[in-house]
Amino acid sequence: MAVSLKVNGATRSVNAEPDTPLLYALRNDLELNAAKFGCGLSQCGACTVLVDGVPTRSCATPLSRVGQSEVITLEGLGTTAKLHPLQQAFIDEQAGQCGYCLNGMIMAAKALLDKNPRPTEAQVRDGLAGNLCRCGSHNRIVRAVLRAAQTNGRI
Amino acid sequence: MNASHLTRRDFTAGIGGIVLAFSLTPAALTQQAPRLPGSLQTNRMLSAWLAINADGTATVFTGKVELGQGILTALAQIAAEELDLPLSRVRIISGDTGRTPNEGQTAGSQSVENSGTALRLAGAEVRAILLDLAAKKFGVGADTLKVADGVITAADGRKVGYGDLAKEADLKREATGKVAPKPTAQHRIVGQSIPRVDLAAKVTGGAAFVQDLRLPGMVHGRVARPPQYGAQLESFDEAKVRAMPGVVALVRDGSFLAVAAEREEQAIKAVEALSASAKWKAGPALPDPARLYEQLKALPTQDTTISNKEAPLLASGAKVVEATYHRPYQAHAALGPSCAVAQLRDGQLTVWSHTQGVFPLRATMARALGMKPPSIRCIHMEGAGCYGHNGADDVALDAALIARATNGRPVRVQWMRAEEFMWEPYGPAMTMQAKGAVADGRIVDWNYDVWSQSHNMRPGDPDGINLLSSWYLADAKTPGPARQAGPPNYAGDRNAIPTYDLPRQRITHHLIKDNPLRTSALRTLGGYANVFAVESFMDELAAAAGVDPVAFRLAHVKDPREKAVIEAVAKAANWKPGEKGDGVRGRGIGYSRYKTVAAYNAVIVEVEVDRTSGRIKIPRAWTSVDAGLIISPDGLINQIEGGLIQSASWTLHEAVRFDRSGITSRDWASYPIMTMPDVPKVETVLLNRPNDRPLGAGEASQGPTVAAIANAFAAATGRRLRELPFDPARVKAALA
Repeated sequence: MAVSLKVNGATRSVNAEPDTPLLYALRNDLELNAAKFGCGLSQCGACTVLVDGVPTRSCATPLSRVGQSEVITLEGLGTTAKLHPLQQAFIDEQAGQCGYCLNGMIMAAKALLDKNPRPTEAQVRDGLAGNLCRCGSHNRIVRAVLRAAQTNGRI
Repeated sequence: MNASHLTRRDFTAGIGGIVLAFSLTPAALTQQAPRLPGSLQTNRMLSAWLAINADGTATVFTGKVELGQGILTALAQIAAEELDLPLSRVRIISGDTGRTPNEGQTAGSQSVENSGTALRLAGAEVRAILLDLAAKKFGVGADTLKVADGVITAADGRKVGYGDLAKEADLKREATGKVAPKPTAQHRIVGQSIPRVDLAAKVTGGAAFVQDLRLPGMVHGRVARPPQYGAQLESFDEAKVRAMPGVVALVRDGSFLAVAAEREEQAIKAVEALSASAKWKAGPALPDPARLYEQLKALPTQDTTISNKEAPLLASGAKVVEATYHRPYQAHAALGPSCAVAQLRDGQLTVWSHTQGVFPLRATMARALGMKPPSIRCIHMEGAGCYGHNGADDVALDAALIARATNGRPVRVQWMRAEEFMWEPYGPAMTMQAKGAVADGRIVDWNYDVWSQSHNMRPGDPDGINLLSSWYLADAKTPGPARQAGPPNYAGDRNAIPTYDLPRQRITHHLIKDNPLRTSALRTLGGYANVFAVESFMDELAAAAGVDPVAFRLAHVKDPREKAVIEAVAKAANWKPGEKGDGVRGRGIGYSRYKTVAAYNAVIVEVEVDRTSGRIKIPRAWTSVDAGLIISPDGLINQIEGGLIQSASWTLHEAVRFDRSGITSRDWASYPIMTMPDVPKVETVLLNRPNDRPLGAGEASQGPTVAAIANAFAAATGRRLRELPFDPARVKAALA
């Protein structure tokens, strides 16, 4: 059945059952690559998107629960031509190895900075505690978020 | 810039089984051809490595693949440097059986050493060929020409670009390996921290991974795995699943059971229904986890004494120390479960995979599927970091098996989280037993035995088929035998021979021939466990000798580069000779030269032990590394620091859980890893050796880190942990 979604500012329609996890609608119907399947259990954070500004595990969020809420994905933050300060900061800090966790890291960081524009390092670490990284890029990721927080103030 | 950044048009162009013919192994190989450096030895044609294009760009072909370690950036730097081209005009094609050299697996910190060396020499030779062509054109000597950014300029100002010479440049010739690469003093690109070529796509949602590949008409496949190793399928409800929404194919071949559906969530529901209805005959029981190490030691072994140095043993006055260490099964635990896309059309199979080796995968898939290798093309695309042989190759076979039933439609399979944890090959459980003696501050005797299952159960084995689902087919295949590796890389015995100057040593590797739990290559193979044991034991001997651990190591090194690395980390950490812990806090050191032939790395960590909860925290770590000539300083720091943090996670948290009836680690709650608040701050010191060849460094810090943590805990508490992981239960038991 047709389900209507608000994603990155546009209204989109997908043909899927209401119990379909948002993740698959984003990836397979709307061809948005950023949110990743990591566990399907809300444990790793790789699938994180913002739903009405709240960081949400799209792997375990059925379309029926999204309704007409505003969904923002990593693609909605910026593009390679016009990067969001967080995306720019992750590149500046070369914050990643394989990069599979980065969608979740950036989206969780976005939610954190929206609430707390000048977090301390400890607050960044706590804010990203639910997002797993397997390559050991954690310290670079923390530096990138702190860098973005500084940049934010100047934009 | 690499295969994973192709457009959809490029992807589909590869589908109709277009196999580009390249002459990669000329007849000269079978003659008495001169030995060529790096991977030039096995892929001898210049055209196998480099193409100069009419638009003035160069295309680099490498058999090594991006695993998140930044290797394609480093290899592009090397090629651009030797060709005198800006990095932006170098394009990399990696890991494609239709297009690139066969460099086996991307493993063992060997890519810069092997592929990098080949590209360095091939690049220098191609540049010389282009210069010769320009010299002929201008009627001047080649030594009077200058090159900058792919433009050759004569003394009189005439210019010609590489692109203009592309047609005439004959690269279909064997490399001589005789054109000297640039002296390091002239390097402009090598030695620079170049931003990773792959990162922009990864922070913006670009197509970066095989998981992101979407082909026209693609369906989604999933496999209904047995409940445990070796279980056999007796029955399942076929009619019910075939009638489920979106199901387009159901595959049953022996005990291999899988489904394909139009939509991903439909495939997942269908496979859940398959699993719920399937009846299985139980497989063999697993070892009793409570008696794991003694049971493993009792299995049949192949014993090899890999080092035996005799000297008269001191008759008296020596203090004898004995210790036994254990390392459990540990998982690669990729953040993204393994994924592949396969399409079978007109007898041609194309597989997109995050395998570490497209050629070994193709060879083994061909045998599993009863196909000829030329009918299969394997194309590498990135996956989540794998850290060794995980489910990447297995899922490629899964996709191919399902693709036989989808009438030419491409099939994407991504493993579920539990499937990844339960079925990937683990890093083996190991036991290390050491007995040594010290007298007058020096080691006078060293005996060391290591027991381990095989670390080498990858595709490419000549005697078996190391692909999971092939073992469950009606025509069941069998895995290859447990294998030794031998020098210089070794396997379970990697880094079992210490680099210290010891008068007497006997080191024996006991290769366990059975495989009660599935194992294969996990980053460092045996290096992590052996350095844990060797470097813990060094501290135990130092304590017996009453010598500071740093001073004790310095007294036993023979290579000045080892000495420099240990001194550098001690200086960075402001190590105080004889420093003591206070019951809660303490610091320790670990050192090794990876594989005894690659990068030198030393680590000091500080631990804080919560004696009530049993939790160990690592607030800070310091590390120093000598990897010879550094290609990318920031890339090297990223690898060393990442390895240190990953090792800290293995060390404090990680063990595959199981009971007699199967694997019970199935998610991140039953296989926890280190999280952001617990990650140590790391300070890395690079010792650049511009006049020495580059040394593999991607796996260098795992071993020194575990040892440093063990030694720091001992320094803090006066108690020693000899069994991994150092979780709260073991910590509390040690402090009781």
